[in-house]
Amino acid sequence: MKILTANRLGDGIAVWYADGGWAETVDYADLARDKAAEDRLEEIGTKALANNEVVDVNLIDAEVVGGVVEPVRLREKIRAAGPTIRNDIGKQAGRAA
Amino acid sequence: MYRYDEFDHDFVQARVAEFSDQVQRRLSGEITEDQFRPLRLMNGVYLQLHAYMLRIAVPYGTLNGKQLRMLGHIARKYDKGYGHFTTRQNIQFNWPALSDIPAILADLASVEMHAIQTSGNCIRNVTADHFAGAAADEVADPRPYAEILRQWSSVHPEFSFLPRKFKIAVTGAERDRAAIQTHDIGLHLKKNAAGDLGFAVYVGGGQGRTPMVAKKIRDFLPEADLLSYCTAILRVYNLHGRRDNKYKARIKILVHETGVEEITRQVEAEWQELKDAELKLPEADIRAIEAYFAPPALTGRPDGDAAVRVARLDSKAFSDWLDQNVVTHRHPDYAAVTISLKGIGEVPGDATDSQMEAVADIAEKYAFDELRVSHEQNLILPHVARADLKAVHDALVDIGLATANSNLISDIISCPGLDYCALATARSIPIAQEISRRFASLERQREIGELKLKISGCINACGHHHVGHIGILGVEKKGSELYQVTLGGSADENTSVGEIIGRGFSSEEITDAIEQIVDTYLGLRLNPQEKFIDAYRRVGPAPFKEALYAGEAKAA
Repeated sequence: MKILTANRLGDGIAVWYADGGWAETVDYADLARDKAAEDRLEEIGTKALANNEVVDVNLIDAEVVGGVVEPVRLREKIRAAGPTIRNDIGKQAGRAA
Repeated sequence: MYRYDEFDHDFVQARVAEFSDQVQRRLSGEITEDQFRPLRLMNGVYLQLHAYMLRIAVPYGTLNGKQLRMLGHIARKYDKGYGHFTTRQNIQFNWPALSDIPAILADLASVEMHAIQTSGNCIRNVTADHFAGAAADEVADPRPYAEILRQWSSVHPEFSFLPRKFKIAVTGAERDRAAIQTHDIGLHLKKNAAGDLGFAVYVGGGQGRTPMVAKKIRDFLPEADLLSYCTAILRVYNLHGRRDNKYKARIKILVHETGVEEITRQVEAEWQELKDAELKLPEADIRAIEAYFAPPALTGRPDGDAAVRVARLDSKAFSDWLDQNVVTHRHPDYAAVTISLKGIGEVPGDATDSQMEAVADIAEKYAFDELRVSHEQNLILPHVARADLKAVHDALVDIGLATANSNLISDIISCPGLDYCALATARSIPIAQEISRRFASLERQREIGELKLKISGCINACGHHHVGHIGILGVEKKGSELYQVTLGGSADENTSVGEIIGRGFSSEEITDAIEQIVDTYLGLRLNPQEKFIDAYRRVGPAPFKEALYAGEAKAA
């Protein structure tokens, strides 16, 4: 399965495409379960890049764990959570609260 | 220290205005990412995993209190309360919004700082010995020459689009603390038999995926010829350096493929055309730049010896710190102090906003308002009266920066790795932290003695692992992090590239492996004075391989 991710142009923050917009957390990212869905996400990404909403757009591997979406690769897990050495910063900081 | 003249001010202000306009045009969608990317890189703005990253130049690692305080201000106002000092003596912020970068650059310009040429295929920040101007063993301060190179290389029209990035380092001492032989050009400032200043010139050093030790192509270059000779080297490189393959584009590959003799011939031939023309440095100009770096007026403080003796008896912590983090100054009443940014279990090279402000205060109060960033990711107070060392130590204790581990195993160079970097293949900081915790005991670290451990989270080698006495390279293998160990690297006047010792280790195994290497060394050294690197050079890799892998061979 794939999800669409990018960094927001204005502040560079990592975002994931979810429910018609760009979410700041990965949990409910739109999942592409087949090639057609992947193509749709890719098209959305290309448009968002062209519209200067986001940069560095990528389709990445994901899975569903405990009812929420999780990236597969360590690199993407770290992007989704924040630095593993500082739980007080990045996306994970909000969650701990 | 160097002060901007009118030209410098205008140049930096003009760049702030230009880049601010480019940022606005990007944010409004007037220019595309493809158009903007090279522009932002020229101004030190990268896109990393979590956000943009801004790399700010600290020319030859020299700062004053006002500048460090401004870095603290930027950390607090625009970032997440901390910054990361790098192996190019620069500082990086990990979380700035693109929309804030014009304001950050304006703040920096107000204290004579900028982010120009901290990225891109140009001549990067020129680095220098972090004890320059203070070291007892230098023939002269190398920084005036670094400043001359900075002025010459800033937006140099011929050298702004080189085949690849280009790094220059300068040292003024026989004992090389600036790792000059790992640079594209390494300059060793020295005196000839007649007492004239000049340089031994090294070319083609570098790390990354193809580590090379630089080759000496000239034993003595008169100081007046610095720019003409560097221009000759850059011209040969710009003309013949490979542009077909990014991984073969550094000058080290050209030197290797062409051969030292032929490269030297080409450089010397080019230089003959240039040496007596406008690039020849007038004596008066060199001395004028040198004047900016005139040492502070160090008044006699003979009370230092007694003060230090008493304070030593009073505090073991101070005594340990004195032995480890304080080095001899050319003036007997003074010393140079290393402020370790390697607290046990901390992130190597990170400092908080309030630590930066407090260190700025200390520098202003006790160190003639001078600071350095070392390529080993520490801060330096180059001129402290011995009589003030106890006060400086106490002030550092208050802000958690008095760890007495300079040059010991926990004084680790580490790149940001996969926790921040878009290029990384494995994490490096957590490995550094775990090793630091494992060897937390200062007593144990001192028993081990000088040991340079360096960690990179990918083959680009920003963590200098190739030249660590012990080097660790993190890679990704089958979706997991794997750590390769190299031994026998060194970045001093006897530079060597470490050798891979054998199969890599998982993140769970690596700290045990390092401990085993250290224990093996302790078991085979001739005496406590034989350093790790000297013991390794004497015995080679065999005993270490045996200790790490013998069990496996038997099991198999």
